[in-house]
Amino acid sequence: MTTSNRKISAPRPHPETEHFWQAASDGLLLLKKCEACGQVHHYPRAICPYCLSDRTQWIEASGKGQVYSYSTMGKEDAAYTLAFVTLDEGVTMLTNLVDCDPKELSIGASVKVVFKPSEGGPAVPMFTLAHLASTVPEPAG
Amino acid sequence: MSIKGKAYIVGAYEHPTRKADTLSVARLHADVAKGALEDAGLSKDDIDGYFCAGDVPGLGTASMVEYLGLKVRHMDSTESGGSAPMLHVAHAAQAIAMGKCDVALITLAGRPRAALASLALKPPDFDTPDLQFELPYAPATQNLYAMVAKRHMYEFGTTSEQLAWIKVAASHHAQHNPNAMLRQVVSVEDVINSPMVSDPLHRLDCCVISDGGGALIIARPEIARSLKRPKIRIIGAGEAPKNSMAGKVDLTYSAARYSGAAAFAEAGLTPADIDYASIYDSFTITLLVQLEDLGFCAKGQGGRFVADGKLISGIGKLPVNTDGGGLCNNHPANRGGMTKIIEAMRQLRGEAHPKVQVANCHLALASGIGGALASRHVAGTVILERE
Repeated sequence: MTTSNRKISAPRPHPETEHFWQAASDGLLLLKKCEACGQVHHYPRAICPYCLSDRTQWIEASGKGQVYSYSTMGKEDAAYTLAFVTLDEGVTMLTNLVDCDPKELSIGASVKVVFKPSEGGPAVPMFTLAHLASTVPEPAG
Repeated sequence: MSIKGKAYIVGAYEHPTRKADTLSVARLHADVAKGALEDAGLSKDDIDGYFCAGDVPGLGTASMVEYLGLKVRHMDSTESGGSAPMLHVAHAAQAIAMGKCDVALITLAGRPRAALASLALKPPDFDTPDLQFELPYAPATQNLYAMVAKRHMYEFGTTSEQLAWIKVAASHHAQHNPNAMLRQVVSVEDVINSPMVSDPLHRLDCCVISDGGGALIIARPEIARSLKRPKIRIIGAGEAPKNSMAGKVDLTYSAARYSGAAAFAEAGLTPADIDYASIYDSFTITLLVQLEDLGFCAKGQGGRFVADGKLISGIGKLPVNTDGGGLCNNHPANRGGMTKIIEAMRQLRGEAHPKVQVANCHLALASGIGGALASRHVAGTVILERE
């Protein structure tokens, strides 16, 4: 079981990323979208890495995605899983896969964001297998 | 304008130590500088250019220039981790071509083994914009390379056994290197039965942690011709970054795709022309991905290319890392680039161990990856020719 026993070092926000971490503590995963060129990027910058416009806006991500790659390191309680998850919005982010047995993981598996407390800092977005996440059922049809 | 033929590597030296309990980092840099000068047949006062990366103590070139008592008119402390020596060779050739210096010294040294240092090189710089989006997830060197291996297996069917052949080849070479840290020949089974470090990389998929270093002397053609050593020309070089590309992550290739293409274009050669290759092997997957990206085989075919001893000198088509590489010989300062260029020099000079020497070795390539393969790295490639 990859759990969240590992102490998560606190992210140190920059002025341009404070909103991202505040939202994470509120249970929202945000991305940056450029109003000038329309591209979504991650990690978030004040300046668009595609066109250098400063007209970048926060958008709310669905929190859903698929495992792009992952690796479990460490033994027993110290084990944790580093991963890249490709979000439905098209960007891939570095993260951890948590609250699931590493043996159940696979590339392409559907995952959903969960937020884990850091040591003295904001909550950190991580992912767990979508079928294990406690979610509000999707509306029928 | 090209660096092709504008400069020669006239001196090369690898420190024999693998555990420097009684040698400081500055002393190691000085030892290798002295060794490379003696190898070239030059003296300290001939040096008018100095190149080093972040493994030196102090600010850029400043402290080592002082320690060594150098009088230089050109300096370059380009930092790209383990690939920095490849960039330094290229930059030294550029500087020499522009008349900025005549004889350049490049040093690399460190003592992570004696210092019991972790793989983390320095305390984090919290101004680094990516750090807050990575550090909470505890990326280590091992898992940042393991994720590349995992994706390669998924995309192309590469197996742990195929990766293991890279270590097996390194061990076959290292048995002939008296200074190698690990000289015992290992089997595919030994590798895949060694403890899992970061899935799917086993302990024997990882390079050694060792102390020591190496140095190179680069000189103008006229100076190279005045010396008694074989003439080794720098005929092509390339450098390139790759990163998470604003979220368009693609772990199936490395920046060696670009550095290699640039180096081959400058040299006017193709991979089929290369007699010997030194390719940075921080992990088995590092070497495999570069083989594909440099064009020695098609993308995805690296596993087949390395299997069944195809990298072993005298057996395989492309002998690679005949000193035992980072996997078995040496990985000084946690940086593999310098020793790669030094073994390429040995091969081109005909001075590799007779059991691993490539017959009629005229063209060699050295390529490396500095940084982390999965997140951000810099590749450097150089192509050398024996005149």
